[in-house]
Amino acid sequence: MLLDWGYVAVFAIVGAILAALPLLVIWLIAPRSAYPQKLETYESGVPTIGQAWSQFNVRYYLFSLVFVVFDVEIIYLYPWAVVARSGGALAFVEILIFLVILTLGLVYAWRKGALEWV
Amino acid sequence: MPWWLELIRAIVGTIILFTGVAVVAAMFGVLLERKISGWMQSRLGPKHVGPQGLLQTLADTLKLLQKENIVPHRADRAIFATAVIVVPLAALLDYVVIPFGTTRWGPLIFRDLNVGVVYFAATSSLVVVGILMAGWGSNNKYALLGGLRSAAQMVSYEIPMGLSLITVALMAGSLSTVTIVNAQAGLWYIVAQPVAFLVFLTAATAEVNRVPFDLVEAESELVAGYFSEYSGMRFALFQLGEYGEMFAMAGMAVTLFLGGWRGPVLPPVLWFVIKLYALIFVFMWVRWTYPRFRIDQLLNFSWKVLIPVSLLNLVATAFVVMVMHR
Repeated sequence: MLLDWGYVAVFAIVGAILAALPLLVIWLIAPRSAYPQKLETYESGVPTIGQAWSQFNVRYYLFSLVFVVFDVEIIYLYPWAVVARSGGALAFVEILIFLVILTLGLVYAWRKGALEWV
Repeated sequence: MPWWLELIRAIVGTIILFTGVAVVAAMFGVLLERKISGWMQSRLGPKHVGPQGLLQTLADTLKLLQKENIVPHRADRAIFATAVIVVPLAALLDYVVIPFGTTRWGPLIFRDLNVGVVYFAATSSLVVVGILMAGWGSNNKYALLGGLRSAAQMVSYEIPMGLSLITVALMAGSLSTVTIVNAQAGLWYIVAQPVAFLVFLTAATAEVNRVPFDLVEAESELVAGYFSEYSGMRFALFQLGEYGEMFAMAGMAVTLFLGGWRGPVLPPVLWFVIKLYALIFVFMWVRWTYPRFRIDQLLNFSWKVLIPVSLLNLVATAFVVMVMHR
């Protein structure tokens, strides 16, 4: 078990090094000839107006709130999926109650207009 | 085995997998995309570099290596630079749990984690972190919009994908990918679970930001989306991440629904590759068949169609599994 995750950790570290390797190569061989106009932020050819880091209306924040609920639900469903066979009718009824409550939540969000693009 | 031998095995495995993905998925995938696009539009596609244009992508990569590496002076340098590592790495982490075939010594897989399916769900959604970093770090309006759209897409399509993964895990009674493939010895899950397969394929298309869900890099409105500001090899690394992720999704679909390496006569690895490329072809076919969605249509489709459908499918499957195993 621990060995498995050790492998994953080695994979992540070595993978990051391998992904960074081309960056080292371009740092060594790529030409450098920067001037202010070239380093300007691209905005369809006209001089850049202001920063992109300004107040921004993230219009789907209600979706993300519903997402949090459902993502947690999914985490609870994974262990159930493994043991559902041995659980029999009791496990089925229990998970049914769980899913019905969550579906009610989805229906509520839907009726309240949370799933509309505002 | 002593610990250093395990370490060497892990490192060598990583290097083989990384090179394999870079060559097969990114280089050959890009070429295939261009060839199939050409074929579907009654033109030839790349033809001059190597036999039938086979070496085109290699030539492109060598060219990109010599290109200047431009960092816009308003960009957040640290985030701008790290995003190019996060995207391909997140895509490559998926491959840890994909079984490519089987040999006399056991299945050909980097590591058969006992929570493989959960692991895949987690790593496949990591790409959005890199995309958001690229969008924010560029300090470019198009890039930022692309990154935010990517986040919206992820929060919507993560759930139907998770639900279809759970349905398959329920059928096999395990979260390990190797066990799931073995459970399909009699019947592929595409036959038993056509709805889950379609939901998975749709959500996978959305998660890898391909047409008709390519709002993240919609070239007619957002230039190139989140990688508008990236040049040279950094651009190539994003392509590696994107194609790597696409092949990982197709590989997972093969593992979960098409019986993985299973098939008659031919060697297992070959069967896996055939099924993989068949699905890749479907991705490219869809690209030239459907127009792009609008962002509100895209979110509504997930929340009002895919999630209810996959919830119902899950309950029906749970009922059948309960009846069969009582």
